[in-house]
Amino acid sequence: MKLVYLDNNATTPLHPEVLEEMLPFFKEDFGNPSSLHQFGRKIRVKVDEAREKVAKMIGADPLEIVFTGGGSESDNFAIKGVASANKDKGRHIITSEIEHHAVLNTCKYLEKNGYQVTYIPVDEYGVVNPEDVAGAISEDTILITIHHSNNEIGTIQPIKEIAKIAQERGIIFHTDAVQSLGKVPLNVEDIGVNLLSISAHKLNGPKGVGACYIRKGTKRLHPLINGGNQEMKRRAGTENVAGIIGFSKACELASTFMEEERGRLISLRDKLQNALTEKISHVKLNGHPTKRLPTTLNMSFEYVEGETLMINLDLEGIAVSTGSACSSGSLEPSHVLVAMGIPHEIVHGSLRFSLGRENTEEDIDRILEVLPPVVEKVRAMSPLWED
Amino acid sequence: MGEEGLYSDKVMDHFENPRNVGKIEDADGVGTVGNPVCGDVMKLYLKIDDDTIVDAKFKTFGCGAAIATSSMITELIKGKKIEEIKQITNKTVAEALGGLPKNKLHCSVLAEEAVEAALKDYYEKRG
Ligand SMILES: Cc1ncc(COP(=O)(O)O)c(C=O)c1O
Ligand code: FES
Repeated sequence: MKLVYLDNNATTPLHPEVLEEMLPFFKEDFGNPSSLHQFGRKIRVKVDEAREKVAKMIGADPLEIVFTGGGSESDNFAIKGVASANKDKGRHIITSEIEHHAVLNTCKYLEKNGYQVTYIPVDEYGVVNPEDVAGAISEDTILITIHHSNNEIGTIQPIKEIAKIAQERGIIFHTDAVQSLGKVPLNVEDIGVNLLSISAHKLNGPKGVGACYIRKGTKRLHPLINGGNQEMKRRAGTENVAGIIGFSKACELASTFMEEERGRLISLRDKLQNALTEKISHVKLNGHPTKRLPTTLNMSFEYVEGETLMINLDLEGIAVSTGSACSSGSLEPSHVLVAMGIPHEIVHGSLRFSLGRENTEEDIDRILEVLPPVVEKVRAMSPLWED
Repeated sequence: MGEEGLYSDKVMDHFENPRNVGKIEDADGVGTVGNPVCGDVMKLYLKIDDDTIVDAKFKTFGCGAAIATSSMITELIKGKKIEEIKQITNKTVAEALGGLPKNKLHCSVLAEEAVEAALKDYYEKRG
Protein backbone atom coordinates (compact mmCIF):
# COMPACT_ATOMS: atom_id res chain seq x y z
CA MET A 1 0.00 0.00 0.00
CA LYS A 2 1.35 3.41 -0.97
CA LEU A 3 1.39 5.70 2.03
CA VAL A 4 -0.07 9.16 1.58
CA TYR A 5 1.23 11.82 3.93
CA LEU A 6 -1.10 14.80 4.17
CA ASP A 7 0.05 16.20 7.50
CA ASN A 8 2.76 18.59 6.36
CA ASN A 9 1.66 21.34 8.75
CA ALA A 10 2.70 19.01 11.57
CA THR A 11 6.06 18.35 10.00
CA THR A 12 7.60 17.67 6.62
CA PRO A 13 10.04 15.05 5.34
CA LEU A 14 13.64 16.18 5.09
CA HIS A 15 14.60 17.16 1.55
CA PRO A 16 17.30 14.75 0.29
CA GLU A 17 19.51 17.68 -0.73
CA VAL A 18 19.17 19.11 2.77
CA LEU A 19 20.33 15.83 4.24
CA GLU A 20 23.30 15.76 1.84
CA GLU A 21 24.28 19.23 2.94
CA MET A 22 24.06 18.28 6.62
CA LEU A 23 25.98 15.00 6.57
CA PRO A 24 29.57 16.35 6.68
CA PHE A 25 28.72 18.19 9.90
CA PHE A 26 28.02 14.88 11.59
CA LYS A 27 31.35 13.55 10.37
CA GLU A 28 34.54 15.40 9.50
CA ASP A 29 33.18 18.92 10.01
CA PHE A 30 32.57 18.48 13.71
CA GLY A 31 34.41 21.55 15.01
CA ASN A 32 32.97 24.03 17.48
CA PRO A 33 32.38 27.33 15.68
CA SER A 34 33.57 29.20 18.77
CA SER A 35 37.00 27.54 18.64
CA LEU A 36 39.75 29.68 17.17
CA HIS A 37 41.73 26.83 15.60
CA GLN A 38 41.12 25.70 12.06
CA PHE A 39 38.53 23.07 13.02
CA GLY A 40 36.42 25.81 14.55
CA ARG A 41 37.14 28.57 12.05
CA LYS A 42 36.03 26.41 9.17
CA ILE A 43 32.65 25.84 10.82
CA ARG A 44 32.26 29.48 11.82
CA VAL A 45 32.41 30.41 8.13
CA LYS A 46 29.71 27.83 7.35
CA VAL A 47 27.42 29.03 10.11
CA ASP A 48 27.82 32.61 8.92
CA GLU A 49 26.95 31.58 5.37
CA ALA A 50 23.90 29.80 6.68
CA ARG A 51 22.87 32.92 8.57
CA GLU A 52 23.11 34.91 5.35
CA LYS A 53 20.90 32.47 3.49
CA VAL A 54 18.22 32.43 6.16
CA ALA A 55 18.36 36.23 6.41
CA LYS A 56 17.99 36.55 2.65
CA MET A 57 14.92 34.33 2.70
CA ILE A 58 13.03 36.90 4.78
CA GLY A 59 14.75 40.06 3.56
CA ALA A 60 16.70 40.57 6.78
CA ASP A 61 20.27 41.44 7.62
CA PRO A 62 22.30 38.41 8.83
CA LEU A 63 23.00 40.18 12.11
CA GLU A 64 19.27 40.22 12.75
CA ILE A 65 19.02 36.41 12.79
CA VAL A 66 19.35 34.41 16.00
CA PHE A 67 19.31 30.65 15.58
CA THR A 68 17.20 28.79 18.12
CA GLY A 69 15.99 25.30 18.90
CA GLY A 70 12.85 25.72 16.78
CA GLY A 71 9.61 27.65 16.46
CA SER A 72 8.51 27.15 20.05
CA GLU A 73 11.77 28.48 21.40
CA SER A 74 11.66 31.47 19.05
CA ASP A 75 8.16 32.31 20.25
CA ASN A 76 9.17 31.94 23.89
CA PHE A 77 12.29 34.01 23.37
CA ALA A 78 10.47 36.82 21.59
CA ILE A 79 7.59 37.05 24.04
CA LYS A 80 9.37 36.42 27.34
CA GLY A 81 12.41 38.36 26.16
CA VAL A 82 10.34 41.48 25.40
CA ALA A 83 8.20 41.08 28.50
CA SER A 84 11.19 40.83 30.78
CA ALA A 85 13.17 43.63 29.15
CA ASN A 86 10.23 46.04 29.16
CA LYS A 87 8.51 45.29 32.45
CA ASP A 88 9.31 48.70 33.84
CA LYS A 89 7.54 50.25 30.87
CA GLY A 90 4.40 48.14 31.01
CA ARG A 91 2.94 44.73 31.62
CA HIS A 92 0.31 44.36 28.92
CA ILE A 93 0.51 42.05 25.91
CA ILE A 94 -1.92 41.68 23.01
CA THR A 95 -2.30 38.42 21.12
CA SER A 96 -5.10 36.51 19.39
CA GLU A 97 -7.29 33.64 20.55
CA ILE A 98 -6.06 31.34 17.79
CA GLU A 99 -2.28 31.42 18.20
CA HIS A 100 -0.21 28.27 18.35
CA HIS A 101 0.21 26.93 21.89
CA ALA A 102 3.85 28.06 21.79
CA VAL A 103 2.48 31.61 21.93
CA LEU A 104 -0.72 31.04 23.92
CA ASN A 105 0.87 29.08 26.73
CA THR A 106 3.76 31.52 26.92
CA CYS A 107 1.22 34.31 27.37
CA LYS A 108 -0.62 32.26 30.01
CA TYR A 109 2.65 31.73 31.82
CA LEU A 110 3.25 35.48 31.84
CA GLU A 111 -0.28 36.10 33.13
CA LYS A 112 0.61 34.00 36.16
CA ASN A 113 3.68 36.17 36.61
CA GLY A 114 2.22 39.62 36.79
CA TYR A 115 1.42 40.45 33.17
CA GLN A 116 -1.97 41.10 31.60
CA VAL A 117 -2.85 39.60 28.26
CA THR A 118 -5.66 40.52 25.87
CA TYR A 119 -6.72 37.71 23.54
CA ILE A 120 -8.25 39.25 20.42
CA PRO A 121 -11.17 37.20 19.00
CA VAL A 122 -11.40 36.24 15.33
CA ASP A 123 -14.21 36.22 12.79
CA GLU A 124 -15.81 33.12 11.27
CA TYR A 125 -12.83 32.70 8.91
CA GLY A 126 -10.24 32.97 11.63
CA VAL A 127 -9.20 36.52 10.75
CA VAL A 128 -8.10 39.05 13.35
CA ASN A 129 -9.60 42.50 12.82
CA PRO A 130 -6.76 45.08 13.03
CA GLU A 131 -9.18 47.59 14.56
CA ASP A 132 -9.71 45.23 17.48
CA VAL A 133 -5.98 45.21 18.02
CA ALA A 134 -5.86 49.01 17.90
CA GLY A 135 -8.74 49.16 20.37
CA ALA A 136 -6.98 46.90 22.85
CA ILE A 137 -3.84 49.03 23.10
CA SER A 138 -3.31 50.79 26.40
CA GLU A 139 -0.56 52.87 28.00
CA ASP A 140 0.71 49.65 29.46
CA THR A 141 1.03 47.66 26.22
CA ILE A 142 4.57 46.49 25.52
CA LEU A 143 4.05 43.79 22.90
CA ILE A 144 1.64 42.74 20.18
CA THR A 145 2.07 39.16 18.99
CA ILE A 146 -0.18 37.91 16.18
CA HIS A 147 0.72 34.94 13.99
CA HIS A 148 1.28 35.34 10.26
CA SER A 149 -0.78 32.29 9.34
CA ASN A 150 -2.60 29.61 11.26
CA ASN A 151 -1.41 26.02 11.41
CA GLU A 152 -4.86 24.46 11.66
CA ILE A 153 -6.87 26.39 9.09
CA GLY A 154 -4.19 28.15 7.05
CA THR A 155 -5.85 31.56 7.30
CA ILE A 156 -3.37 34.39 6.63
CA GLN A 157 -3.72 37.44 8.88
CA PRO A 158 -3.79 41.09 7.72
CA ILE A 159 -0.35 41.31 9.24
CA LYS A 160 0.85 44.49 7.53
CA GLU A 161 -2.08 46.47 8.86
CA ILE A 162 -1.51 45.17 12.36
CA ALA A 163 2.20 45.90 12.13
CA LYS A 164 1.41 49.44 11.01
CA ILE A 165 -0.80 50.00 14.02
CA ALA A 166 1.93 48.72 16.33
CA GLN A 167 4.52 50.89 14.63
CA GLU A 168 2.38 54.03 14.89
CA ARG A 169 1.90 53.43 18.58
CA GLY A 170 5.55 52.56 19.15
CA ILE A 171 4.80 49.04 20.35
CA ILE A 172 7.01 46.04 19.61
CA PHE A 173 5.37 43.68 17.16
CA HIS A 174 6.13 39.94 16.91
CA THR A 175 4.70 37.49 14.43
CA ASP A 176 4.89 33.71 14.48
CA ALA A 177 5.54 32.97 10.81
CA VAL A 178 6.39 29.30 11.32
CA GLN A 179 3.70 28.09 8.93
CA SER A 180 4.27 30.78 6.31
CA LEU A 181 7.98 30.40 5.69
CA GLY A 182 8.64 28.92 2.28
CA LYS A 183 4.95 28.80 1.39
CA VAL A 184 4.09 32.43 0.82
CA PRO A 185 6.37 35.44 0.32
CA LEU A 186 7.65 36.68 3.65
CA ASN A 187 9.64 39.89 3.94
CA VAL A 188 10.34 41.61 7.22
CA GLU A 189 10.68 45.04 5.61
CA ASP A 190 7.48 44.66 3.71
CA ILE A 191 5.58 43.56 6.82
CA GLY A 192 7.26 46.06 9.11
CA VAL A 193 7.77 43.66 11.97
CA ASN A 194 10.20 43.82 14.92
CA LEU A 195 10.37 40.13 15.71
CA LEU A 196 9.51 37.04 13.69
CA SER A 197 9.67 33.33 14.50
CA ILE A 198 10.48 30.60 11.98
CA SER A 199 11.25 26.89 12.14
CA ALA A 200 13.12 24.56 9.77
CA HIS A 201 11.06 21.40 9.95
CA LYS A 202 7.99 22.92 8.31
CA LEU A 203 9.82 23.46 5.03
CA ASN A 204 11.60 20.15 4.55
CA GLY A 205 14.42 21.07 6.91
CA PRO A 206 15.51 19.32 10.12
CA LYS A 207 13.61 19.34 13.42
CA GLY A 208 14.79 21.20 16.48
CA VAL A 209 16.19 24.25 14.73
CA GLY A 210 14.65 27.61 13.92
CA ALA A 211 15.37 31.28 14.15
CA CYS A 212 14.13 34.48 15.66
CA TYR A 213 14.47 37.60 13.56
CA ILE A 214 15.16 40.68 15.68
CA ARG A 215 15.03 44.01 13.88
CA LYS A 216 18.01 46.27 14.44
CA GLY A 217 17.14 48.94 16.95
CA THR A 218 14.64 46.78 18.86
CA LYS A 219 15.26 47.15 22.57
CA ARG A 220 17.54 44.28 23.57
CA LEU A 221 15.54 41.21 24.57
CA HIS A 222 16.47 39.34 27.72
CA PRO A 223 17.85 35.97 26.63
CA LEU A 224 16.03 32.75 27.42
CA ILE A 225 19.27 30.83 27.72
CA ASN A 226 22.23 32.39 29.53
CA GLY A 227 25.72 31.11 29.09
CA GLY A 228 28.41 31.61 26.46
CA ASN A 229 28.63 34.34 23.88
CA GLN A 230 27.08 32.47 20.96
CA GLU A 231 24.47 34.14 18.72
CA MET A 232 25.67 37.63 19.66
CA LYS A 233 24.99 36.82 23.32
CA ARG A 234 21.33 36.36 22.56
CA ARG A 235 21.19 32.59 22.79
CA ALA A 236 23.90 30.70 24.59
CA GLY A 237 24.95 27.15 23.79
CA THR A 238 27.15 25.50 21.19
CA GLU A 239 25.33 25.82 17.90
CA ASN A 240 23.30 23.02 16.36
CA VAL A 241 25.60 23.28 13.37
CA ALA A 242 24.18 20.50 11.19
CA GLY A 243 20.68 21.77 11.94
CA ILE A 244 21.57 25.34 11.04
CA ILE A 245 23.20 24.22 7.78
CA GLY A 246 20.14 22.12 6.97
CA PHE A 247 17.82 25.01 7.78
CA SER A 248 19.69 27.32 5.41
CA LYS A 249 19.61 24.75 2.60
CA ALA A 250 15.88 24.23 3.14
CA CYS A 251 15.37 28.00 2.85
CA GLU A 252 17.40 28.15 -0.33
CA LEU A 253 15.44 25.32 -1.94
CA ALA A 254 12.09 26.69 -0.81
CA SER A 255 12.77 30.14 -2.20
CA THR A 256 13.89 28.70 -5.54
CA PHE A 257 10.74 26.62 -5.95
CA MET A 258 8.17 28.67 -4.06
CA GLU A 259 6.35 30.26 -7.00
CA GLU A 260 6.11 27.02 -8.91
CA GLU A 261 5.12 25.02 -5.84
CA ARG A 262 2.54 27.56 -4.77
CA GLY A 263 0.58 27.18 -8.00
CA ARG A 264 0.88 23.41 -7.99
CA LEU A 265 -0.23 23.03 -4.37
CA ILE A 266 -3.14 25.44 -4.70
CA SER A 267 -4.47 23.48 -7.64
CA LEU A 268 -4.12 20.16 -5.78
CA ARG A 269 -5.71 21.61 -2.67
CA ASP A 270 -8.60 23.14 -4.56
CA LYS A 271 -9.20 19.94 -6.44
CA LEU A 272 -9.43 18.11 -3.13
CA GLN A 273 -11.72 20.74 -1.64
CA ASN A 274 -14.06 20.87 -4.63
CA ALA A 275 -14.26 17.13 -5.09
CA LEU A 276 -14.93 16.47 -1.40
CA THR A 277 -17.68 19.10 -1.42
CA GLU A 278 -19.18 17.43 -4.46
CA LYS A 279 -18.89 13.82 -3.32
CA ILE A 280 -19.91 14.20 0.32
CA SER A 281 -22.96 16.02 1.65
CA HIS A 282 -22.90 18.25 4.73
CA VAL A 283 -19.29 19.31 4.52
CA LYS A 284 -18.00 22.72 5.43
CA LEU A 285 -14.75 24.57 4.82
CA ASN A 286 -13.05 25.84 7.97
CA GLY A 287 -10.85 28.85 7.31
CA HIS A 288 -10.72 31.66 4.81
CA PRO A 289 -11.68 30.63 1.26
CA THR A 290 -8.87 32.63 -0.37
CA LYS A 291 -6.60 34.28 2.21
CA ARG A 292 -5.13 30.93 3.03
CA LEU A 293 -1.87 28.99 2.86
CA PRO A 294 -1.59 27.03 -0.40
CA THR A 295 -0.93 23.91 1.66
CA THR A 296 -3.89 23.86 3.98
CA LEU A 297 -7.42 22.49 3.75
CA ASN A 298 -9.53 22.10 6.88
CA MET A 299 -13.02 20.70 6.47
CA SER A 300 -15.77 19.49 8.78
CA PHE A 301 -17.78 16.41 7.98
CA GLU A 302 -20.97 16.82 9.94
CA TYR A 303 -22.43 14.03 12.10
CA VAL A 304 -19.13 12.19 12.39
CA GLU A 305 -16.24 12.36 14.81
CA GLY A 306 -12.77 13.25 13.52
CA GLU A 307 -10.64 10.70 15.34
CA THR A 308 -12.78 7.93 13.90
CA LEU A 309 -12.27 9.35 10.41
CA MET A 310 -8.57 9.78 11.04
CA ILE A 311 -8.08 6.18 12.19
CA ASN A 312 -10.07 4.88 9.26
CA LEU A 313 -7.82 6.85 6.92
CA ASP A 314 -4.74 5.69 8.81
CA LEU A 315 -5.81 2.09 8.23
CA GLU A 316 -5.75 2.93 4.52
CA GLY A 317 -2.30 4.46 4.81
CA ILE A 318 -3.44 8.09 4.67
CA ALA A 319 -2.16 10.49 7.33
CA VAL A 320 -4.20 13.58 8.25
CA SER A 321 -5.05 15.32 11.52
CA THR A 322 -8.22 16.41 13.30
CA GLY A 323 -9.40 19.16 15.64
CA SER A 324 -11.74 16.76 17.47
CA ALA A 325 -11.72 16.83 21.26
CA CYS A 326 -11.41 13.04 21.28
CA SER A 327 -8.03 13.12 19.61
CA SER A 328 -6.42 15.74 21.81
CA GLY A 329 -4.71 14.63 24.99
CA SER A 330 -6.63 17.26 26.93
CA LEU A 331 -9.98 16.23 25.38
CA GLU A 332 -10.52 19.87 24.47
CA PRO A 333 -11.73 20.61 20.95
CA SER A 334 -9.51 22.78 18.73
CA HIS A 335 -9.29 26.24 20.31
CA VAL A 336 -8.93 27.68 16.82
CA LEU A 337 -12.18 26.30 15.46
CA VAL A 338 -14.03 27.08 18.69
CA ALA A 339 -12.79 30.70 18.54
CA MET A 340 -14.21 30.94 15.01
CA GLY A 341 -17.64 30.24 16.50
CA ILE A 342 -17.96 26.78 15.02
CA PRO A 343 -20.30 24.62 17.13
CA HIS A 344 -18.60 21.83 19.08
CA GLU A 345 -20.25 19.01 17.18
CA ILE A 346 -18.92 20.43 13.90
CA VAL A 347 -15.45 20.96 15.35
CA HIS A 348 -15.66 17.28 16.28
CA GLY A 349 -15.88 16.29 12.64
CA SER A 350 -12.99 18.39 11.39
CA LEU A 351 -10.07 17.07 9.38
CA ARG A 352 -6.97 18.94 8.30
CA PHE A 353 -5.27 17.98 5.07
CA SER A 354 -1.91 19.70 4.73
CA LEU A 355 0.08 19.32 1.55
CA GLY A 356 3.77 19.46 0.83
CA ARG A 357 6.32 19.12 -1.92
CA GLU A 358 6.09 15.33 -2.09
CA ASN A 359 2.32 15.22 -2.68
CA THR A 360 1.05 14.39 -6.14
CA GLU A 361 -2.24 14.28 -7.98
CA GLU A 362 -2.33 10.53 -7.25
CA ASP A 363 -2.38 11.25 -3.54
CA ILE A 364 -5.42 13.46 -4.00
CA ASP A 365 -7.14 10.83 -6.13
CA ARG A 366 -6.41 8.22 -3.49
CA ILE A 367 -8.02 10.24 -0.72
CA LEU A 368 -11.00 10.99 -2.94
CA GLU A 369 -11.43 7.27 -3.43
CA VAL A 370 -11.09 6.37 0.26
CA LEU A 371 -12.76 9.16 2.22
CA PRO A 372 -16.33 9.24 0.82
CA PRO A 373 -17.10 5.60 1.70
CA VAL A 374 -15.45 6.07 5.11
CA VAL A 375 -17.68 9.04 5.88
CA GLU A 376 -20.69 7.08 4.70
CA LYS A 377 -19.79 4.11 6.91
CA VAL A 378 -19.19 6.26 9.99
CA ARG A 379 -22.38 8.26 9.41
CA ALA A 380 -24.37 5.03 9.21
CA MET A 381 -23.13 4.39 12.75
CA SER A 382 -23.95 7.87 14.03
CA PRO A 383 -27.07 8.53 16.13
CA LEU A 384 -26.93 12.16 15.00
CA TRP A 385 -27.16 11.27 11.34
CA GLU A 386 -30.55 9.53 11.61
CA ASP A 387 -32.18 12.14 13.82
CA MET B 1 -0.74 6.90 16.66
CA GLY B 2 2.69 5.34 16.40
CA GLU B 3 3.64 1.91 15.21
CA GLU B 4 2.70 0.32 18.51
CA GLY B 5 -0.81 1.63 17.95
CA LEU B 6 -3.09 3.80 19.99
CA TYR B 7 -5.43 0.91 20.66
CA SER B 8 -5.16 -2.82 21.38
CA ASP B 9 -5.83 -5.32 18.58
CA LYS B 10 -9.15 -6.17 20.23
CA VAL B 11 -10.23 -2.53 20.19
CA MET B 12 -9.15 -2.20 16.58
CA ASP B 13 -11.09 -5.34 15.67
CA HIS B 14 -14.29 -3.93 17.17
CA PHE B 15 -13.57 -0.53 15.65
CA GLU B 16 -13.09 -1.91 12.17
CA ASN B 17 -15.87 -4.48 12.40
CA PRO B 18 -18.32 -3.17 14.94
CA ARG B 19 -20.91 -5.75 15.99
CA ASN B 20 -24.60 -4.92 16.21
CA VAL B 21 -24.63 -1.50 14.61
CA GLY B 22 -28.06 -0.14 13.83
CA LYS B 23 -31.43 0.39 15.44
CA ILE B 24 -34.26 -1.86 16.59
CA GLU B 25 -37.55 -0.42 15.40
CA ASP B 26 -39.72 -2.05 18.07
CA ALA B 27 -37.16 -1.86 20.88
CA ASP B 28 -38.35 -2.48 24.43
CA GLY B 29 -35.82 -0.08 25.85
CA VAL B 30 -33.81 2.74 24.28
CA GLY B 31 -31.08 4.67 26.04
CA THR B 32 -29.35 7.78 24.73
CA VAL B 33 -26.43 9.11 26.70
CA GLY B 34 -23.94 11.88 26.10
CA ASN B 35 -20.43 12.12 27.30
CA PRO B 36 -19.79 15.37 29.11
CA VAL B 37 -16.04 15.08 28.65
CA CYS B 38 -15.89 15.39 24.90
CA GLY B 39 -19.52 15.62 23.81
CA ASP B 40 -20.04 12.23 22.24
CA VAL B 41 -23.32 10.38 21.98
CA MET B 42 -24.35 6.73 22.22
CA LYS B 43 -27.78 5.31 21.55
CA LEU B 44 -28.53 1.74 22.65
CA TYR B 45 -31.60 -0.29 21.62
CA LEU B 46 -32.66 -3.38 23.59
CA LYS B 47 -35.13 -6.11 22.78
CA ILE B 48 -36.09 -7.82 26.04
CA ASP B 49 -38.04 -11.00 26.53
CA ASP B 50 -38.56 -12.86 29.80
CA ASP B 51 -36.00 -10.63 31.55
CA THR B 52 -33.44 -11.59 28.93
CA ILE B 53 -31.71 -9.35 26.40
CA VAL B 54 -32.64 -11.05 23.18
CA ASP B 55 -31.19 -8.37 20.93
CA ALA B 56 -29.09 -5.23 21.26
CA LYS B 57 -28.05 -2.65 18.70
CA PHE B 58 -26.24 0.67 18.92
CA LYS B 59 -25.39 3.89 17.19
CA THR B 60 -22.44 5.92 18.39
CA PHE B 61 -20.96 9.28 17.54
CA GLY B 62 -17.53 9.14 19.06
CA CYS B 63 -13.92 8.12 18.98
CA GLY B 64 -12.40 4.73 18.27
CA ALA B 65 -12.69 3.70 21.91
CA ALA B 66 -16.33 4.79 22.07
CA ILE B 67 -17.21 2.72 19.01
CA ALA B 68 -15.31 -0.32 20.23
CA THR B 69 -16.85 -0.20 23.72
CA SER B 70 -20.34 0.21 22.21
CA SER B 71 -19.74 -2.83 20.05
CA MET B 72 -18.30 -4.85 22.91
CA ILE B 73 -21.09 -4.08 25.33
CA THR B 74 -23.74 -5.27 22.90
CA GLU B 75 -21.82 -8.55 22.66
CA LEU B 76 -21.53 -8.79 26.43
CA ILE B 77 -25.21 -8.26 27.17
CA LYS B 78 -26.83 -10.26 24.42
CA GLY B 79 -28.44 -13.43 25.74
CA LYS B 80 -27.93 -12.37 29.34
CA LYS B 81 -30.51 -11.87 32.08
CA ILE B 82 -31.18 -8.29 33.23
CA GLU B 83 -29.89 -9.18 36.70
CA GLU B 84 -26.62 -10.36 35.17
CA ILE B 85 -25.99 -7.33 33.02
CA LYS B 86 -26.46 -5.01 35.96
CA GLN B 87 -23.08 -6.31 37.12
CA ILE B 88 -21.38 -5.11 33.96
CA THR B 89 -19.37 -1.94 34.50
CA ASN B 90 -17.21 0.13 32.21
CA LYS B 91 -14.23 -1.76 33.65
CA THR B 92 -15.69 -5.06 32.46
CA VAL B 93 -15.99 -3.65 28.97
CA ALA B 94 -12.51 -2.12 28.97
CA GLU B 95 -11.02 -5.41 30.20
CA ALA B 96 -12.90 -7.41 27.60
CA LEU B 97 -11.26 -5.16 25.00
CA GLY B 98 -7.79 -5.84 26.32
CA GLY B 99 -7.56 -2.46 28.00
CA LEU B 100 -8.00 1.15 26.85
CA PRO B 101 -5.58 4.08 26.89
CA LYS B 102 -5.96 6.00 30.14
CA ASN B 103 -7.45 9.11 28.57
CA LYS B 104 -10.01 6.94 26.81
CA LEU B 105 -11.43 5.19 29.87
CA HIS B 106 -14.20 7.75 30.08
CA CYS B 107 -15.49 6.55 26.70
CA SER B 108 -16.31 3.16 28.20
CA VAL B 109 -18.45 4.88 30.84
CA LEU B 110 -20.71 5.88 27.96
CA ALA B 111 -21.44 2.20 27.29
CA GLU B 112 -22.22 1.43 30.93
CA GLU B 113 -24.54 4.42 31.16
CA ALA B 114 -26.29 3.54 27.92
CA VAL B 115 -27.26 0.15 29.38
CA GLU B 116 -28.59 1.82 32.53
CA ALA B 117 -30.56 4.34 30.49
CA ALA B 118 -32.02 1.68 28.20
CA LEU B 119 -33.11 -0.44 31.17
CA LYS B 120 -34.66 2.59 32.85
CA ASP B 121 -36.60 3.24 29.65
CA TYR B 122 -37.67 -0.40 29.58
CA TYR B 123 -39.02 -0.25 33.15
CA GLU B 124 -40.78 3.03 32.48
CA LYS B 125 -42.42 1.68 29.35
CA ARG B 126 -43.56 -1.43 31.20
CA GLY B 127 -44.87 0.77 33.98
C1 LIG C 1 2.29 28.35 14.00
C2 LIG C 1 3.31 27.53 14.71
N1 LIG C 1 4.08 28.09 15.65
C3 LIG C 1 5.01 27.38 16.32
C4 LIG C 1 5.23 26.06 16.07
C5 LIG C 1 6.26 25.33 16.85
O1 LIG C 1 7.41 25.08 16.10
P1 LIG C 1 8.45 23.95 16.54
O2 LIG C 1 7.76 22.65 16.33
O3 LIG C 1 9.63 24.14 15.64
O4 LIG C 1 8.78 24.20 17.97
C6 LIG C 1 4.44 25.42 15.08
C7 LIG C 1 4.62 24.00 14.76
O5 LIG C 1 4.20 23.09 15.42
C8 LIG C 1 3.46 26.17 14.40
O6 LIG C 1 2.68 25.61 13.48
S1 FES D 1 -15.68 9.54 22.72
FE1 FES D 1 -14.43 11.33 22.79
S2 FES D 1 -12.60 10.54 23.51
FE2 FES D 1 -13.78 8.76 23.27
